[in-house]
Amino acid sequence: MSKKTDNQTLPEDKLYPLGHTDDVEYSFTAEKGLTEGLVRKISSLKNEPEWMLEIRLKAYKKYLEMKMPTWGGDLSPIDFDDIRYYIKPKNQEAKTWADVPEAIKNTFEKIGVPEAERELLAGVKSQYDSEVVYGSLKKALSEKGVIFLSMDEGLREYPEIVKEHFGKVIPMGDNKLAALNTAVWSGGSFVYVPKNVDVGLPLQAYFRINTERAGQFERTLIIAEEGSKMHYIEGCSAPSFSSASLHAAVVEIYVKKNAKVQYSTVQNWFKNVYNLVTKRARVMENAEMRWVDGNLGSHLTMKYPSCILAGRKAHGEVLSIAWAGEGQHQDTGAKMIHLAPETTSQIISKSISKNGGRATYRGMVHMVPGAWGARSKVVCDALILDEKSRSDTYPVNKIQENDVVLEHEATVSRIGEEQLLYLMSRGIGAEEASTMIVNGFMEPVVKEIPLEYAVEMNRLVGLEMEGSVG
Amino acid sequence: MLKIRNLKVKIEGKEILKGVDLEVKKGEVVALMGPNGSGKSSLANTLIGNTKYEAEAEELSFEGICLLELKPDARARLGIMMSFQYPVAISGVTVREMLWASLRGRGLTVSALDLKKQIAEEGERLHIDEHLLTRSINEGFSGGEKKKLEILQMRILKPKLLILDEVDSGLDIDALALIAKNVVEMVKAGMSVLVITHYQRLLKYLVPDRVVVMKNGEVVDRGGKEIVDKLEAQGYKSYE
Repeated sequence: MSKKTDNQTLPEDKLYPLGHTDDVEYSFTAEKGLTEGLVRKISSLKNEPEWMLEIRLKAYKKYLEMKMPTWGGDLSPIDFDDIRYYIKPKNQEAKTWADVPEAIKNTFEKIGVPEAERELLAGVKSQYDSEVVYGSLKKALSEKGVIFLSMDEGLREYPEIVKEHFGKVIPMGDNKLAALNTAVWSGGSFVYVPKNVDVGLPLQAYFRINTERAGQFERTLIIAEEGSKMHYIEGCSAPSFSSASLHAAVVEIYVKKNAKVQYSTVQNWFKNVYNLVTKRARVMENAEMRWVDGNLGSHLTMKYPSCILAGRKAHGEVLSIAWAGEGQHQDTGAKMIHLAPETTSQIISKSISKNGGRATYRGMVHMVPGAWGARSKVVCDALILDEKSRSDTYPVNKIQENDVVLEHEATVSRIGEEQLLYLMSRGIGAEEASTMIVNGFMEPVVKEIPLEYAVEMNRLVGLEMEGSVG
Repeated sequence: MLKIRNLKVKIEGKEILKGVDLEVKKGEVVALMGPNGSGKSSLANTLIGNTKYEAEAEELSFEGICLLELKPDARARLGIMMSFQYPVAISGVTVREMLWASLRGRGLTVSALDLKKQIAEEGERLHIDEHLLTRSINEGFSGGEKKKLEILQMRILKPKLLILDEVDSGLDIDALALIAKNVVEMVKAGMSVLVITHYQRLLKYLVPDRVVVMKNGEVVDRGGKEIVDKLEAQGYKSYE
């Protein structure tokens, strides 16, 4: 195996096994770099209300003032002046599958959005670069009053709902990248589930980056009204391109009283993408929020899905898997902020590092005074597949209330030689045996993600394990 | 079938088998006995190809095929299987998934449904709680359950040579009799067994054709099943 860790020098097929690019025409491509003029331009191209422009401009100022985080992965290679902050594809949002351009259909084909899934799922909302180019909403959804739009459409059609909720769970000054996203956001999803409505089928979005140096700054806002239930699935696949790319998304979720929301992500960015994402949910009384997060791709991911447990008996969960291969650093984790009595949370984090990859778990459980009866369980398991690879765990617990329970378990293991021997002694080859052990290790989280993603993840693990055992 | 001549084994440079000769013929039950630390388990691990054991021998062959350079999976595909003394747990892998991969590795085609049925039937015969069969292998299993699961695997993989490494440790008498009964059935169908044990109690159910006694990495006695009775009466003192 090569000792190089510089992702720029990896051969193409290593960078991304599903690598491919399609030609897409763009109707507007911003100059590289970010200026106040560009922020104004984005807002005017989208015909946004004045208040959104003001938010963008304020966020732009914050972005300039704030410092980059220095505690996580190495962000110094990102050249913020070398990024295009806005690209608008020529094709406008298509309403039916027949309207979707052939090149884009081909891309869906290549990343394997199954036909059956397109029919099954209530609404497929897919993002192609910075604009949604395909989306369809089935009748059933609209009959229930569920709104599932691109964030741009959401702002146009439901400005009052957006204004009330936008930037309230994640304020623009939360971190420099959230400020950047707030200034230049484009695309993402807007979901509104009315009171007591069970969406039933999961809502899906596919995200793609397709232009060299194209940054993606999606903004997703999900509002689950009291007693409602929904599952949102976001999956990423990116084709080959050579220079580093930045993905800085913000996802804000409101889980109101007695509501239940699951947000599942499988991130498989090209291995030169900086994936710096802020995801947070505000969880009210007796409501449940669950983040399921799979990080397979990217050069560096920094992502810590959070739950603010603000109502009594609110429950938050994060289940995550990180795969750190050659030239990758997965700096991931979770935050649980217990603000109310009898709130409960669970974090299960599994990481695998291989071929010089680095996996970092960074987590926080905070229980404030008055959060009596709060309980939290944190399990983080790391599997290190060779001597070159690395895993670190940085759990932080801030417990300011006495009457609480906090459990923490952490294990670090290597693929046990005994496990390998056991499977091999049954006639299973070394490579397949290792793949079984790795997939088995990930199983508690993989079983929570939708089947088609689980299959893809297992297949990717198989690909990554090829040739890894002597 | 299994031929061992002048086998020397080192672990981390330390010699633990000092020239062992042993043969197991087709359909034969050979008991390998000896006190703790005599090298019995080392011999078993060497036979399945555990790489911690550095082996050299004038001959180490199975059905005429030299085993020395073969990896554990290749040896298993020849028909050698060990029932481990301490079977390891593997999270997220069920016995069915493992057996499926094992059978496929042997080039056998079996339908998932047939395999499931077969596992259920064997599980019932061995009185294994059906819930255990859908859980991660050996995770949270009792000692007895682990041993029964090894035997279940034997029933399905149908090895030509079974190595039973201290299968009797941690088993109650009923479980022991049940395991022995299942093994004996396979012996009648032509399977050979190398049974490693300190005690004679298993050998009442699984009667050996021959007995080999080891001590300090060497064979110190060979003979018929009368040796078992002698050991029962005198212990290993007579070999001092």
